[in-house]
Amino acid sequence: MTSALTLTRTTIGQKVVVAVTGLILFGFVIGHFLGNLILFVGPEAFIDYGWTLKHNPPLLWGTRITLLVAVVTHIGLTMSLARRNASARPSRYKKAREDQVTSYAARTMVISGPLLAGYILFHIAHFTAPGLAFGGAEFDHVNIYANVVSSFNVWWVAAIYVFANAMLGLHLFHGAWSALQSVGAQHPRYDSIRRNLAIGLAVMVAGGNMMIPLAVRGGLVGDAEQLRAAAEHAEELRAEAGMLTGDHDDVSGEELE
Amino acid sequence: MSDDTIDLKLFVWRQEGPDAPGDFQDYSKYAKGVSTHASFLEMLDLVNERMSADGERPIVFDHDCREGICGCCGAVINGIPHGPQKQTTTCQLHMRQFENGAEIYVEPFRAGAFPIVKDLMVDRSSFDDIIQAGGFISVRTGSAPDANEIPIPKESADASMDAATCIGCGACVAACPNASASLFTAAKLAHLNMLPQGQAERYKRTRLMIQAHDDAGFGGCTNHRECEAACPKGISTDFIARANRDLLVATVTGKDGRLV
Ligand code: HEM
Ligand code: FES
Repeated sequence: MTSALTLTRTTIGQKVVVAVTGLILFGFVIGHFLGNLILFVGPEAFIDYGWTLKHNPPLLWGTRITLLVAVVTHIGLTMSLARRNASARPSRYKKAREDQVTSYAARTMVISGPLLAGYILFHIAHFTAPGLAFGGAEFDHVNIYANVVSSFNVWWVAAIYVFANAMLGLHLFHGAWSALQSVGAQHPRYDSIRRNLAIGLAVMVAGGNMMIPLAVRGGLVGDAEQLRAAAEHAEELRAEAGMLTGDHDDVSGEELE
Repeated sequence: MSDDTIDLKLFVWRQEGPDAPGDFQDYSKYAKGVSTHASFLEMLDLVNERMSADGERPIVFDHDCREGICGCCGAVINGIPHGPQKQTTTCQLHMRQFENGAEIYVEPFRAGAFPIVKDLMVDRSSFDDIIQAGGFISVRTGSAPDANEIPIPKESADASMDAATCIGCGACVAACPNASASLFTAAKLAHLNMLPQGQAERYKRTRLMIQAHDDAGFGGCTNHRECEAACPKGISTDFIARANRDLLVATVTGKDGRLV
């Protein structure tokens, strides 16, 4: 008998699951990147965006649970596949085998992956729970604009984000192309664009995310006036929520749909 | 044609048996005055003759057709399976590809699923196991069928033929960072799965051959495409995507042994 469950019995089947979970994470990373760009629209828009997401429990928890399941499955299967692959050549080449065509990104997937895992944990602790502040600032669950600006004013926090997004770019480049291959999305007519598509998406997401710490450090985002507007807007939201606690959640939930 | 000869700094892997320790030996003294018109295997023949004359055990290496079609020969030459020339088997590699005084390291294809028999010769019967698992079509073999009895679109026939150029040498495994035989398996699958005659057993074949591949201890594919670069026939990794798709269909729909 064969069924979907037997997929994980073969290395290819496991790779398909890695690819599907990877693509789920990839989809999230694209959405997250687009959301991040709202920072450039202005402090109010960015704070509203965060507020809206946080006040939509089905969306928030649906996403969180999906991502948790995806990332745990992704890491579990890639690690077991990587172990198997490492043991498939017990006697190593004595004169090193020369790579001909593979990419740096492909060779470092098992390094960029775990680095991303570490970054994800730091990132969640930093901006979500419990929320960390750097450079003498205080963390504010509503004024996320101020959190971003004060954190990236600390050079090493900005450096961590730039470095982590470089890792993300590498992982996405090989990951996106590899995932298409793993799920068999191949057709002679489109094969030539698959790699360029992967490069384009990886550069867009990683480059776009990197722009945020760089823009803060370059003084393009987060001047005194913007920070004042952000603080005011956060206070407004707080006051508003205090008045209409009950229906506020419903309204923002409907708006989102 | 010139009668150039070259002197080589030749280092060859010597190993008595599968579990014996092995090492590179310096055979430079036997590798002088090699004709640039000699093939790589003819160079090894010459070295072996000189070694025999000296009472040394000749280097063991696999070979048969010596014209690049049987898939018997193969060694990793300076870190590249079948050596530096693209789409060329070891037997078709010629010494004019090397400079006078070149350093050449020769070692066997290495993979857990390819135990070393002796020196450069490896046991590739794990490939036979993969073929036996499904690399055939079950038909009554009687008299030859009429030509063109079964219409086959030209594109399918061509693609299937591209896959069928696989000579099963194992360079893909040797080149793969994971010692995976995905390209071999995928080529053998596409060869049959893309033709009308191969449809009846398509999904069952895919599942069984991929299972046999894993059971033999080969690694999995991580899409480095080193196999394609090393393949003496230049077989494309697109066939691996095809095999993946067929496996997905086979497992998710349980289509084993059925056409639609
Ligand atoms: C932002 C989060 C992540 C995204 C978007 C992502 C995406 C992907 C994608 C699309 C693939 C290709 C799937 C395939 O063809 O098999 C992949 C492969 C892989 N991922 Fe991730 N991943 C993420 C996080 C991680 C983490 C945290 C780890 C490890 C701790 C990891 C380790 C790997 C490994 C080892 C592979 C296989 C590499 C290979 O085939 O050579 N990934 N990832
Ligand atoms: S000896 Fe037949 S392919 Fe080289």
